[in-house]
Amino acid sequence: MIKTLGRMIRTGILTEKIERVARPDSEADEIHAKLRGILGRALCIRQVDAGSCNGCELEIQALNNPYYNLEGLGIKFVASPRHADMLLVTGPVSVNMEEALKRTFDAMPDPKFVVAVGDCGACGGIFGESYASRGAVAHVIPVDSTVPGCPPTPTAILQAILQAVSPGQV
Amino acid sequence: MTPDSIKEAEGGLYSNLRCRKFEAGAVAWRNFAETTRSDGGRLLALWGTDDCDRDGRLRIVACYLNAESLAVVEHAMDSCSKPLYPSLVEFFPSALRMERAVADLLGIQSMQPDHRGWLRHNGWPEGVFPLRRSFNASTQYQLDSEPYSFIQVEGDGVHEIPVGPVHAGTIEPGHFRFSVVGEKVLRLEERLGYAHKGIEKRFEELRQKEGHKLAARISGDSAVAYSWAYCAALESITQTTCPPRAAQLRALALEHERIANHLGDLGALGNDAGFAFGLTQFSRLKEDLLRIHQPIFGTRYLMDFIQPGGVAVNLPQDAPQLLLDHYAALEISVSELRGIYENHAGVQDRFRGAGVLSNEIAVRLGAMGLAGRASGIAHDLRVDCPWHPYNDVTLKIATQTTGDVAARVNVRFDEIVQSIMICRELLTNIADGAIVSDVPDAAPGILGVGVIEGWRGPVLIALETGPSGMIRRCHAHDPSWQNWPLIEYAILGNIVPDFPLINKSFNLSYSGQDG
Ligand code: SF4
Repeated sequence: MIKTLGRMIRTGILTEKIERVARPDSEADEIHAKLRGILGRALCIRQVDAGSCNGCELEIQALNNPYYNLEGLGIKFVASPRHADMLLVTGPVSVNMEEALKRTFDAMPDPKFVVAVGDCGACGGIFGESYASRGAVAHVIPVDSTVPGCPPTPTAILQAILQAVSPGQV
Repeated sequence: MTPDSIKEAEGGLYSNLRCRKFEAGAVAWRNFAETTRSDGGRLLALWGTDDCDRDGRLRIVACYLNAESLAVVEHAMDSCSKPLYPSLVEFFPSALRMERAVADLLGIQSMQPDHRGWLRHNGWPEGVFPLRRSFNASTQYQLDSEPYSFIQVEGDGVHEIPVGPVHAGTIEPGHFRFSVVGEKVLRLEERLGYAHKGIEKRFEELRQKEGHKLAARISGDSAVAYSWAYCAALESITQTTCPPRAAQLRALALEHERIANHLGDLGALGNDAGFAFGLTQFSRLKEDLLRIHQPIFGTRYLMDFIQPGGVAVNLPQDAPQLLLDHYAALEISVSELRGIYENHAGVQDRFRGAGVLSNEIAVRLGAMGLAGRASGIAHDLRVDCPWHPYNDVTLKIATQTTGDVAARVNVRFDEIVQSIMICRELLTNIADGAIVSDVPDAAPGILGVGVIEGWRGPVLIALETGPSGMIRRCHAHDPSWQNWPLIEYAILGNIVPDFPLINKSFNLSYSGQDG
């Protein structure tokens, strides 16, 4: 136990050492300030991969790194649609995910925002519509905003989250 | 052709690796698999193709990896009767899901008893085969969901826990069905195919010189590996040589992709072991790497960096110095963090002995790439059969023997160090000159196979050319096909709360397997 605590204390010191050299992105800083102003409370996001290539997921995951620090704002990814204000959907909607996506959307309480992330979510992207793909997310559930890009940058995704909760303010 | 005859295919096969192609009757098809298995060869991929328009045949094709080369074997069936072929499952258990997928997409059945749909979840009707020539890709059907018959485990106190396809975190869709007693896992059955979006049919609507863009999006975390595999197939067919500088830049990009993914995984694994500090640190290192991509390659993720004939962007003048400085700092941070992970009792307690995949099972199931190396399978195509420029690069295969989460963590740590060394070597010896060669449209009916060792393992693109510069057929294979079943073994006897950690230690692709 003492040994473990010792390790943890030493690790804590290292955190500071490594963290000190990390400089937050100024653009991200600005978005952080806006989000705080508009929301004033925690925003809960549920993410659904409806058939993406996983590229968009990687950039959404990046929002949790110390540069963007989404969690630090009180914006969090939640495990249940029932606790979510916003649905972040990636991918062209595969036929095999259509039902799961609709069910997730239906389970969310009102009001709910849907952001379709990436070229695929916005318009079907390179995969388009086919026997296996419904294309754009908007073909399956109502969408409030889209983020173009393949994959879009974390900054673009952050901006879209902001735009969705605050129309006209960005 | 008689059932037991086999002959080398006329016209051969084009590939970035040494390869041979055979045409086999049904018995010879099976015998070839048996001999390959007993000689220590591995099944790399299995796919089918509809040639009814050409000669009234449907074909099943297997690609094997031998010590230093590829062997592609093709077996043709009459399309009029019910097309059947001998299953490869008794020699290569990993063939099972691939055979089920071929049945879903082409209606060619193997002689094995599991006829449940794998990629088809009732999104298109039974008896409709999307990869048949006569099928119109834009046909859409209304979905009628249908229950899937999971294998039941019976016994006192056994209950089932279904998870997915939508998960708690930001990850890809898939379904896991655990049969547990208390918290202990007695059985896990995976159900995949949720991300199936018809990639192979989509290829057939593209020109040969557009296909790399779709290939890059088969699994976004392996964009470089796939787009290179595609270009390698096309360049072999057209006998195009990519300029030396472009080949080096491709390898640089491939190693960056490996480093970025390994950094991301090491952070996530720390986090899953209850050590959020690891996530903070490694996600920062990954972000730093992606940010340096912006000025150097033009984008954070290198989706469109590799193009037929070479690469899309040249390195800026100051890039080598910038990168060398970056590597120096990265190397120090990674080694410091490795020390912290290794000395952290809590982390080691979770890593060691969790999700063990023994060497015996890994060999039997045909484990590929990183997961295989962590269970003592010392294969890496960059060393076994190096394609240009890996023949000029020094590399030792990173292996571990314990097959647990700790082993998969250690392979990643070792590979980051090695990838940095490779990048340094590439930059030091970087050639001057052009970054792209002209690629002509290929004549129709030629098969080319591109195989690249991506960060997860070997990815394959089998490209067949069509008329007027179009693609006739393109099959993509992800090492996740072989590796998903490994998790069903590695989880046995572990507790359900350890699943995220064990699953992450493999970090397999859903999209790459689902297509
Ligand atoms: S937009 Fe691009 S990165 Fe995102 S899922 Fe589609 S292909 Fe992948």
